[in-house]
Amino acid sequence: MSDKVIKKLANKIRLDLLKMIFNSKSSHIGSSLSIVDLLVVLYGKKIIKFNPNKPNLSDRDIFILSKGHAAAALYAVLANVGYFSKKKLLEYGSNNSNFMAHVSHKVPGVEFSTGSLGHGLPIACGLAVAKKRKKLPNYIYVINSDGEMAEGSNWEAILFASHHKLDNLILIIDYNKLQSFGSVENTLGIEPMKDKFLSFGWNVYEVDGHNYNSIEQALFNCKASKGKPKCIIANTLKGKGISFMENKVEWHYKNPNKSEFDLAVKELTL
Amino acid sequence: MRRTFINHLTELAKENKNIFLLVGDVGYNVVEKFENHFPDRFLNVGVAEQNMTSIAAGLASEGYHVFTYSIANFPTFRCAEQIRNDVDYHNLPVTVVSVGGGVGYGSLGYSHHAIQDYGLIRMMPNFKIASPGDLNEVIGVLNYLTSNPQPSYLRLGINNENKYTVNKKNIVPGKWYPLPSNKGREDVVLSTGTSLKWVMNNIERFKNKDIFTLPLWGIGEKKKQRAISRKFSSIITVEDHLYDCGFGSWLKESLNISGTNRSIQSLALPIEATNMVSSEENILKKMKIYN
Repeated sequence: MSDKVIKKLANKIRLDLLKMIFNSKSSHIGSSLSIVDLLVVLYGKKIIKFNPNKPNLSDRDIFILSKGHAAAALYAVLANVGYFSKKKLLEYGSNNSNFMAHVSHKVPGVEFSTGSLGHGLPIACGLAVAKKRKKLPNYIYVINSDGEMAEGSNWEAILFASHHKLDNLILIIDYNKLQSFGSVENTLGIEPMKDKFLSFGWNVYEVDGHNYNSIEQALFNCKASKGKPKCIIANTLKGKGISFMENKVEWHYKNPNKSEFDLAVKELTL
Repeated sequence: MRRTFINHLTELAKENKNIFLLVGDVGYNVVEKFENHFPDRFLNVGVAEQNMTSIAAGLASEGYHVFTYSIANFPTFRCAEQIRNDVDYHNLPVTVVSVGGGVGYGSLGYSHHAIQDYGLIRMMPNFKIASPGDLNEVIGVLNYLTSNPQPSYLRLGINNENKYTVNKKNIVPGKWYPLPSNKGREDVVLSTGTSLKWVMNNIERFKNKDIFTLPLWGIGEKKKQRAISRKFSSIITVEDHLYDCGFGSWLKESLNISGTNRSIQSLALPIEATNMVSSEENILKKMKIYN
């Protein structure tokens, strides 16, 4: 898939999630926009081994969106790669829908429900152990948010993954540097993040989280290196793709009004 | 009880290749038997119960029936959200095992008293609570749980190496089991878990009553209780747990839900027990009757 095609897919997904969040009057548009480019490389470029027609195939890679509040982005990606009709996205956040506004395993293609932070990486450790014990060659991918790294359960898992040399585990941190109340730096500083992971015994790659080639190269490097779990620190922008939402903390919770929605649509369809 | 558990789990794992044991750095000189037989289905995850429980969910989603093993409140309260979200919500075959249910670790103090664990686990919609009263029931509930892999909690006592009940190859959820000495009386005692030892040690208090155990229960077994309880004139429940949100409360909820307003008495620990540091025997002397 060429960069032009992948960019077009990313724009479609941004437009889809904008509509989902606008229609349902829900939150987390900034967090969802932040990870779109990571997801389109994983799914659009088929870095993840998956088959929408056989979602339970035993020989599949597994993806967990641990920052479950960015569910709109994942649902839009799964619809666009063929897990279900795009019409289903209209159910997002509505009454009695499986498309709840935090990631739900009742949606085809979703492996685990998340929403409370700090669960995805420990679950992924169990999956990675299982794949190794069963001698299966699959990878486990997890996307965490940067604010989520304050959860202690992540650090239990980071220790565990290194001790057990889980080189089939790839953690991507969506490092947009903003959490719900302000900057990560002012809330509970995580720096030096790269050094922390290195000292815990992980391989670490830093990338521009909106540069498709950089993301793809880092993922190839992750797969090529053996003996350690891998972390990609993806430097991203909260709200990426809609200019007036970029790097603005208020778009963690804020829902766009009609004029903001129209303006965002215009930007994404230029 | 814990040795019986490990011995039987090891036997079952010879046939059942899905059984996987995680321990939270406890079980020295007990769990090694399983580890030695099945090193590829064993892991000591370290002192990290949140991680242990989520790892169990990950392993279980790949087809394993995972047992997480620790003591007291560590595998329950410390990782309550992992039990709720990762295990129960996804309805995965994980059995949370706690050694020292009740006040078996009496002198170690409040941190080690598992007297609120029923309250936590019985709120989980998919969980079965397995609370064996003696060694025979340890075998019986393990047979059931490994034949019916699902979210479950196995509460094991310490200082209880007795056999009061008859051998039961498979235990049925929600069913009351009579002791062999029962005489068909209408006034009965219903015990769950290791408090059966206390009942037997204080049997003179119950000399005109038959004794039953209920070793396997949970939200899913509430509806069955009306028909069972109808056979009896009076029931005293016994548990080494706080009265609040415990076993007796569960039975009372069950019968009220079913439209029966039967009066049941419960022997259970009062709130004051939370401040006690003493032997199991001494703490259980504080059990009170709740109407």
